[in-house]
Amino acid sequence: MSVMMYREALRLALYEEMKRDDRVFLAGEDVGSYGGAYAVSRGLIQEFGSERLVGTPISEAAIIGMGIGAAMTGLRPVVELMYIDFVGLAMDQIANQAAKFRYMSGGQLKIPMVMRMQGGTGRSAGAQHSQSLEAWLVHIPGLRVVMPASARDARGLLKTAIRSDDPVVFIEHKGLYAKKEEVPEEEELVPFGKARIARSGSDVTLITYSRMVYTALEAAEEASAGGIDVEVIDLRTLNPLDYHTIEKSVRKTGTVVVAYEAHRNVGMGSEISARIGEELMDVLKHPVVRIGGKDVPIPATVLEKYSIPQKQDLLEGIEQAAGR
Amino acid sequence: MGKNDIDSRTKRSLLRTMVRIREFEDSVGEMHLRGLTAGSMLHLSVGEEAIAAGIGLAMQEGDVFTTHHRGHGIFIARGGEMNRMMAEIFGKSDGYCRGKGGSMHIADVHYGHLGANAIVGGNIAIAMGGGFTQNYRKTSNVSVAFFGDGALNQGVLYESMNMAALWDLPVMFAVVNNQYGMGTRIDRASASQEFVKRGESFGLRSLQVDGMDVEAVYQGANRLFEHSRSGKGPTFFICDAYRFYGHGRKDPSPYREKNEEKKWWDRDPIPAYKDTLISADLISDADYQEDLDAAKAEVADAVEFAKNSQVPEENDLYTYVYVDPIDASGTIG
Ligand SMILES: Cc1ncc(C[n+]2csc(CCOP(=O)(O)OP(=O)(O)O)c2C)c(N)n1
Ligand SMILES: [Mg+2]
Repeated sequence: MSVMMYREALRLALYEEMKRDDRVFLAGEDVGSYGGAYAVSRGLIQEFGSERLVGTPISEAAIIGMGIGAAMTGLRPVVELMYIDFVGLAMDQIANQAAKFRYMSGGQLKIPMVMRMQGGTGRSAGAQHSQSLEAWLVHIPGLRVVMPASARDARGLLKTAIRSDDPVVFIEHKGLYAKKEEVPEEEELVPFGKARIARSGSDVTLITYSRMVYTALEAAEEASAGGIDVEVIDLRTLNPLDYHTIEKSVRKTGTVVVAYEAHRNVGMGSEISARIGEELMDVLKHPVVRIGGKDVPIPATVLEKYSIPQKQDLLEGIEQAAGR
Repeated sequence: MGKNDIDSRTKRSLLRTMVRIREFEDSVGEMHLRGLTAGSMLHLSVGEEAIAAGIGLAMQEGDVFTTHHRGHGIFIARGGEMNRMMAEIFGKSDGYCRGKGGSMHIADVHYGHLGANAIVGGNIAIAMGGGFTQNYRKTSNVSVAFFGDGALNQGVLYESMNMAALWDLPVMFAVVNNQYGMGTRIDRASASQEFVKRGESFGLRSLQVDGMDVEAVYQGANRLFEHSRSGKGPTFFICDAYRFYGHGRKDPSPYREKNEEKKWWDRDPIPAYKDTLISADLISDADYQEDLDAAKAEVADAVEFAKNSQVPEENDLYTYVYVDPIDASGTIG
């Protein structure tokens, strides 16, 4: 094991995969000598040159479209949108093109492309640089959507994403880039569709993903001091969704909290709680407690923290679910 | 024979390709009116055959392309098999896309067809990406984005032209200018008609030709492809033609002057070219008749093939969403 930051783990995955396969390249705004807006690709241009660390113009639609065409013709592009907030500029290419061509072509075309993007709050970046827009993308059949919380998963999932033959949206959290964790020395591929039990417990199932995993773990620790044993599930991939793990845990605890940073309305947690309600009603001791971001644009400065769930909100949710 | 002269075999191929497209499209239109095609949308390329044939025959093995929603003719010129095209247009299992694409989404990896597209301008960046691969792999192949005049005002075109020029990608941006985007005439949609300037301002080698003159298209395409194949970067090729039918087959085009339509029908690229070749003694009447008969037979076969092909079954709904379906028992994925 070696300890490294989330951004370094991502860089390691890119480095390893580009070394392994010369069809892999990274393209995006300032990914080259600038090293990426959050320094993920820093130093890679020295290793791979500008043919494979392709700094692009500020043209989000063409960045994704270029990746699609390159993927259809045999390369394995990793393309980057500097902020997920810019996804609207490229949404036609993502939702109408990348997601649909395998299907529309009756299985002839494939698009082995990773679309890296970065979201979330934590840097007071304001309403246009702080969103969690994963629900827009999870909604579209044909895409995979991956949201690693830990450095270890960031590396292992990015490697799996690059080796996937399907288009993968890979969403990093800006608040995690500097977080340090242990990452194995040896190669590790983390499979899609396998959630991680970040903390096991027997009283309440707390389902979450991305940075909210850490808030959940803190809330779980506090809850355990009060005698509530919380199981924290880090989904890791939203599509495919590991419903097996969710179901197993809910059958054990009968009590569920879902927590996510995105706007609460029609978010990932809405889907999960609906499904649990449909299929596991008989084991539920209490309605699913759903905690999400406030349904307001995300304010800059001090107001930002009020717009997303805090540890205290999760703790209250846990207590509510546990009937305290 | 000079470098830019066209040999007589190629001339006959140009004519034959146009005839095959016309026969196919007329038949597809007929089938649509009879209710045999799948879906409500059908866009015919009748009137645009010289563009498809001229550019299509100037392309080479290994070249790739994407088209807009009016792409049947282009694919025929690139080798598309009428049987499987017709079956796709009928929505049948033997179609190129197993009935999942329909008229507007025909694709074929074998012939480098990276897909027809129903989003105006949506195919352009994808073709640019094909050019990225050719450049990355240092091939001498090209990639062509075919699109209509309507896409001339989509932002992604200019993002793509800029990127292609920035990196000297071997991409042709080929405009099938049929004067209209649905009911909107080009001068009501584009503030300036000087389109060549748009290409040139991005540093693309740019050319506008009479898209009713198949030799002008073919020679122009050859010149532009030579530019790209020798590593000099992308090109912009605007070919002026006319959409002989409505936007869809059933659109009576009330927004167009009948005498405007007549003026263009009088310039129909097929009879004019046939007469040119016959009077120059390059082909005989019998040669032409032979090609026409063969085209009619090919189309009739395609219709039979499509009629006899299976209708997809309900279970087929779920195939080919992903390469790797991954069973995690989530309904999502
Ligand atoms: C992005 C988008 N906007 C609008 C439409 C609806 N639409 C379909 S075809 C068309 C006209 C396109 O004109 P042009 O590009 O000149 O192609 P043509 O039909 O003339 O071949 C329009 C507006 C669409 N399919 N996609
Ligand atoms: Mg048009």
